[in-house]
Amino acid sequence: MEAAGAQKPGERGGHAVIWQFDLLILVLLVVSAIVALHIRDLLSAALIFGVYSFLMCLLWAEMGAVDVAFTEAAVGAGVSTVFLVATIYNTKRRSSD
Amino acid sequence: MRFLGLLAVLITGALLIYAADDFPDWGDPTAPASAYRVSRHYITQTHIETGVPNLVTAVLADYRGYDTLFETVVIFTAGIAILAILRVFPRKGDTLLPGFTPDAREEPDIILVTTSRILVPIIQLFALYVIAHGHHSPGGGFQGGVIFAASLVLLALTQNLKTSLALVSERRAITIACAGVAVYGGIGLSCMLLGSNFLDYSVLHRVLPGLTEIESRYHSMLGVEIGVALTVTAIMFSIYANLSSKGKLHDGM
Repeated sequence: MEAAGAQKPGERGGHAVIWQFDLLILVLLVVSAIVALHIRDLLSAALIFGVYSFLMCLLWAEMGAVDVAFTEAAVGAGVSTVFLVATIYNTKRRSSD
Repeated sequence: MRFLGLLAVLITGALLIYAADDFPDWGDPTAPASAYRVSRHYITQTHIETGVPNLVTAVLADYRGYDTLFETVVIFTAGIAILAILRVFPRKGDTLLPGFTPDAREEPDIILVTTSRILVPIIQLFALYVIAHGHHSPGGGFQGGVIFAASLVLLALTQNLKTSLALVSERRAITIACAGVAVYGGIGLSCMLLGSNFLDYSVLHRVLPGLTEIESRYHSMLGVEIGVALTVTAIMFSIYANLSSKGKLHDGM
């Protein structure tokens, strides 16, 4: 525990987080969230949600939470995108607001 | 009204950002969550007590077995609820439901069919690997189950829903989903029958020949993961089948 206590917060095994990578992911996250809310074509919104989930997955993986990243990739980006697309297929494609 | 809403959102957002400053740093070993003795016990003792290298799986399937059991039940309930809401059955005398034309869809594309024939077995094999290897590497029942269901969805997308339903019919899907919860609950109950607590896998070494207490915990986790995977696979696929075909289970998307 002593050795772990001496380690500076924000570093893992002596390697700092790649902040440039983090910044890029976070900027893309905000952009995809705003686009998903504003786009009128619901099919595109569903796909951008998939992009959002993959970016979250990258972020989890980068922070070392590999199990969460795996779940995010399988459930968030994979199956829930398919569910959204299936729902849009049977309802309507254009957003009314 | 719009302005007031924007104001409320901005103030809440500013407060959240201000409060986030009080959180401990990422990966801080002195943070309360890391310094508490339960985390220390998990980090130092998991491998000794259960023999599982991936302590996330050990916490999910063993130490916090109740949580995962009821997560599985939640998935099961969600699937049953979607079935109850979406599924429509033909009335007596109707051979086909209104709106269904058998030749509405053209022949499946040969490129898609060939690609999916190559991809589906690989995806399913990978899903089984993820389920079985959940204690050593990231993964487990939930992820593996979802990946397996994704292979069935891919089959439905590239060919038609009938192809997937021929493999996992509705009745079979519900049976598998029930079996998954029953496997998980059954492992828990058999621990009770052997005179210990619900989901205390270590007593199972009395009925599993040739296993020590630690090994029985290790292997029970695999059993539990298989239960989760069965439920998740069946429910995810039946949700997709109902959503894409408006609950009629004829050819949907």
